Amino acid sequence: MTMESTTEMRPAGFGAAILRAIKSFGLLRESWIGMAGAFLVLFWVIVAIFAPLISPFEPNTTIQPFAMPGMTAASGGTFWLGTDHLGRDILSRIIWGSRTVLFYAPLATLCAYTVGILMGLVAGYRGGLIDDILSRISDIILSFPVLVLYIIVIATIGASGFNIVIAITFASAPGIMRIVRGLVLDLRNRDYVAAAQTRGETEWRIMLIEILPNARGPLIVDACLRLGYVIIMIGILGFLGLGLPPPDPDWGGMVNETRQMAMAFPHMTLFPCIAISSLILGFNLLADGLREVSLRD
Amino acid sequence: MVLLLLKRISFMIFTMIVVSIILFLLLETGLTGDPATRVLGNFASAEQKEMWRDQHGYNQPLVVRYGKWLGNFATGNLGESIRFKTEVKNVLYPRLWNTVILGFWTFAIMIPLSLILGVLSGMKEGSLLDRSISVFGILTTSVPEFASAVFFSALFVFGLKWLPGTSSMSGGFEVRQLILPVMVLVVYDFGYVARMTRASMAEVMTSQYVRTAVLKGLPYKQVILKHALRNALIAPFTVIMLQINWLLSGVIVVEFFFAYKGFGALLLEASLNNDIALLEACAMVAVVAAVASQTIADIGYTFLNPRIRFS
Amino acid sequence: MNDNQEPVLVCKDLSISYYTRAGEIPAVVDFSLTVKPGETIGIVGESGCGKSTVAMAIMQYMGANGGITGGSITFKGRDLTTLSENELRKIRGSEISMIYQEPFASLNPSLKISTQLMEVPLAHENITKEEARNRSAQMLADVKIPDPERIMESYPHQLSGGQQQRVVIAMGLLSNPSLLLLDEPTTALDVTVEAGIVDMIADISRKFGTSQIYISHNLGLILETCDRVFVMYSGEVVEEGTIKSLFTWPKHPYTNGLFSCIALPTTDKNAAPLKPIRGQLPLPFERPQGCYYWPRCDHYEKGLCDQEHFKMEFVEDGASDHRVRCLRYKDIDHSALDSGDSIREKLEIGEQVLNVDTMKKYYEVRDNSLKALFTGKTVRHVKANEELNFTAHGSETVAIVGESGCGKSTFAKVLMGLEAGTGGEIRFNDKDISNIAVRDRSTEQIRSVQMVFQNPFDTLNPSHTIGGQISRVIRQFGVENDKEKVFNKVMKLLDIVKLPRDFYYRKPRQLSGGQKQRIGIARAFAGNPSLVIADEPVSALDVSVAAAVTELLMDIQREHKTTLLFISHDLSVVRYLADRIVVMYLGHIVERGSTEEVFSPPYHPYTEALLSAVPIADPEITKREIVLEGDVPSAMKPPKGCPFCTRCHRRIGDICDNELPLEMMVADRHAIKCHIPLKELSKIKPVIRIPDEAERVHAQ
Repeated sequence: MTMESTTEMRPAGFGAAILRAIKSFGLLRESWIGMAGAFLVLFWVIVAIFAPLISPFEPNTTIQPFAMPGMTAASGGTFWLGTDHLGRDILSRIIWGSRTVLFYAPLATLCAYTVGILMGLVAGYRGGLIDDILSRISDIILSFPVLVLYIIVIATIGASGFNIVIAITFASAPGIMRIVRGLVLDLRNRDYVAAAQTRGETEWRIMLIEILPNARGPLIVDACLRLGYVIIMIGILGFLGLGLPPPDPDWGGMVNETRQMAMAFPHMTLFPCIAISSLILGFNLLADGLREVSLRD
Repeated sequence: MVLLLLKRISFMIFTMIVVSIILFLLLETGLTGDPATRVLGNFASAEQKEMWRDQHGYNQPLVVRYGKWLGNFATGNLGESIRFKTEVKNVLYPRLWNTVILGFWTFAIMIPLSLILGVLSGMKEGSLLDRSISVFGILTTSVPEFASAVFFSALFVFGLKWLPGTSSMSGGFEVRQLILPVMVLVVYDFGYVARMTRASMAEVMTSQYVRTAVLKGLPYKQVILKHALRNALIAPFTVIMLQINWLLSGVIVVEFFFAYKGFGALLLEASLNNDIALLEACAMVAVVAAVASQTIADIGYTFLNPRIRFS
Repeated sequence: MNDNQEPVLVCKDLSISYYTRAGEIPAVVDFSLTVKPGETIGIVGESGCGKSTVAMAIMQYMGANGGITGGSITFKGRDLTTLSENELRKIRGSEISMIYQEPFASLNPSLKISTQLMEVPLAHENITKEEARNRSAQMLADVKIPDPERIMESYPHQLSGGQQQRVVIAMGLLSNPSLLLLDEPTTALDVTVEAGIVDMIADISRKFGTSQIYISHNLGLILETCDRVFVMYSGEVVEEGTIKSLFTWPKHPYTNGLFSCIALPTTDKNAAPLKPIRGQLPLPFERPQGCYYWPRCDHYEKGLCDQEHFKMEFVEDGASDHRVRCLRYKDIDHSALDSGDSIREKLEIGEQVLNVDTMKKYYEVRDNSLKALFTGKTVRHVKANEELNFTAHGSETVAIVGESGCGKSTFAKVLMGLEAGTGGEIRFNDKDISNIAVRDRSTEQIRSVQMVFQNPFDTLNPSHTIGGQISRVIRQFGVENDKEKVFNKVMKLLDIVKLPRDFYYRKPRQLSGGQKQRIGIARAFAGNPSLVIADEPVSALDVSVAAAVTELLMDIQREHKTTLLFISHDLSVVRYLADRIVVMYLGHIVERGSTEEVFSPPYHPYTEALLSAVPIADPEITKREIVLEGDVPSAMKPPKGCPFCTRCHRRIGDICDNELPLEMMVADRHAIKCHIPLKELSKIKPVIRIPDEAERVHAQ
């Protein structure tokens, strides 16, 4: 193989992949639910990327405590969503908070998927003892009430972004493994897998190249749902005071810090709640739309 | 059949033993930090910690300690809570009872509501009711419990001033204080169960045996009640039983938010205050509840499904 | 029967459409049919021709996205399309009943059989539960179900496929309907079980006077059950007539094409090969202008056939009710074309390539019942293959024939190295490979033993392109490694399987079933193998496509002098293409020999029954009728003696139940495993009788 041919092939392959992605997005256009979801998610992704540009104030600086929404700041500018008890601008904190959630949630989901997919592939394809062991382990983890599990894990290893990722991976991987295992059990009996076996392909090649790509449909839908769920969990942990240590803005934590004052100043809790709900709604709608589209062909 | 029962129950016991080992390792050993430091705080001197360890038997071999610990547990000796300065069971039982009340009302409202609406929308896929339930279901499952608690409080407490904002029941039991917590839990769980019921019903309605029943010339009511429902409700049954597991998570958030003196808030308090004995007891209770409901779900599933019952 | 009676059902100019996102799809166009009392009408056609849609329209059960766009369906004087749901309910199940393709899916899994049967008369008549119960039990007895009382108390999953279908038929007959619709009622069943059901269905109209509409893709079954037949193609009827008239003098090029596509006892791979119809079925929205068939028709005339859509017309000089939808039928002489135009030479048989010597394959099954735990017998053996012996030579086609569960696929797995054999040997080129797993085989060994798989819909990986998948095989077999050479080799293979070269860039979902199967063949032959095992390669394909794929497979085999092991359940196909046949039943080879030897006496009783069970679409060929009782026993609990003893119609006594028979050698490479002495077996008359050319009534 010459150098030219590889460099020639790559843009073609890359271009084709991009074309395909655009095409499947085009399919999504036929489901207004999916489009609404994609719009919400995209909105928050853009907010997170451009946070420094669009946020009107520093998120952690005390400016003017207990300002109501719409009040003008002494230094100029408007507190569109008011300030909290420490005088920090809520809009800016929500904008910066989107960075936190859109960093940790996908990271945790990705980690959970890596572990879950590997476990599921091995358990489903190999079967036998290794399947029994992996399945029993995940049964046990899954039998824990999720939040109790998080609380114990976080309480013992401490609260930090990294630990949240670990806890979520630990608690979500078994569920993903179950899904992957179920899909593999079905897919491994397909004739194209037998064909790969009869031409002497290695086990890992069969698992990763022959089987996994064909499981992608349900897994993508599940990933969207799970992302929404992970965001809920990160939010709840923040709300319970087990999330990221202050002062960095985190939507759940914002509710926790100000909930004592909610009766007098509902804006302090209301807006972070709207933010987190809209992002989760985005992922759930997207998942529903993707499922609807995938069922069509 | 008998074997299946035995199998499920023995797996339940096995799970609990494994869970107890994990709890023991996490909370009672140095694996995740020194328990003495956790109890006495960072500023305790080395002698103080050593004395505490000796007193509480932390210097014995691991296996012996686990055996004793498990034995205490099994005999109902749950130890003493550091935070409440009293025996764990004195705190635990009343709190547990409060949570049972909360859970009971949640289920009593959520199950009929979600089953009926789920079945109705699954019967006529694509109808207005069906689509509204679908969208409503996505909406409610997208709002975390703490957020819906905020929304409901803003509306009913701050805006309309109809309901009290806390549910601490400090002046004795009051039904009005129960409304908001139950509402939050119902709204979150309802969407999921209704959507599962709908999916199950819709699948059954397109099945060939329902077609057979229609083409036999049976009255529509009989097709639904006799042929469709029986098969369509098997899946939701499992979902509802597993919902107990989710409810435990929801209960923690809701009780914390509304200052309801229940089991969930207790568990959280125990963990935030490093009250190890209390945390262990609470965790074990939660796991027993979760595993038992799963076992019931599994066994119930086999009873409802003749394909497994007679094979 | 009853000539002057009012017709039971009249469909007039019926058009049915489905509404999808892509727009309106006409599923059935211009469909007219009359059913007289006691008459059985056959509707035959390939997948997507609209035959099941017609049945659903008659039941008025179209789903949310289907609708009748024109015409009427008159049942006993009432137009069904105008009735209310409540009026329809009174007709469904009591006046018109339906039997479905998949009996198991059609029965409610969580209700007892008795409940499901009894509710039919209870819904339509004013009778007591007890009466309903008695009548249900009686009906089960009428459809020849042994022990009806026990079946009444069972759940559907506890019955075998054949029993389930009999229950569904009993359910359909309970209210003594005037019309019975049967939608491929035996497609999901084994051949010998099918024969029993077909036999019973043929009895129904005699016994109950019920009119029937029998829908099938199998011309042979239609011949055995029906009085008149409608041939459908792409949503419309192209020809209709009585069985005799249509089967003897088919007028439409498509009808005639169908007959040339199916293996009849009169066809032969060398002297009288099948003549496949070219091209493939058009999708509903790709139907051509004019006659829907012209792109595939040999008699197409430009400017005539591709202009306007035309109506059915009566055949001149034909039987009074023979109608055809073709402008050129008078100009075509089908019998003239029949004389062989592509006779092939018989292949020279080569050296012995494969020697299967007392090969055994047992599966261990863990028994988790309480009883097994107490007795300690927790491991049981399922004997999937018991002492298989046979040989195959170069260029030879050896067919392995048997019904589901006979162990033919297990043998393929051991041969391919996907499972290890339990005993005996499979010697390929004089080396035992029965215990070498595929990953321990040399590239040379892997390359030279390859397989063509059964299901066209998952023989190719949907995630990768056709080119990528074939290239991978070429590299894996070490045929070529250079990028350009691999590409050229793929192109060559695409040429060989007669597919366009730009298929290289396509994904499997853009291919039809037949095209996928061709890629599967290309893949198997990529490394020039000396032995190819084909597991039912065409059983999932439509008749016209299957013939083309079969011919292609044989052409390539011929060219490469490959040994072909052809696994099949269909004796007609096997007779057509095989040089030698191995008949399997419950893990045993009950008979093996050359094709002529197996098809003529002495037969093993199972071979004899199998021959009788296979429907043949030629009205002049007669068969001796042998209907086997019951179903194939489970491989978990095989009979103690001869595997066939539970169903054998020639059982001679206790020896059959208690002792496993030994192989009797009839001639060199022809053996039968039976207790009946050879002398007795030799006296049996042939099952199939083919008339001489002189006796035939061919051209009018």
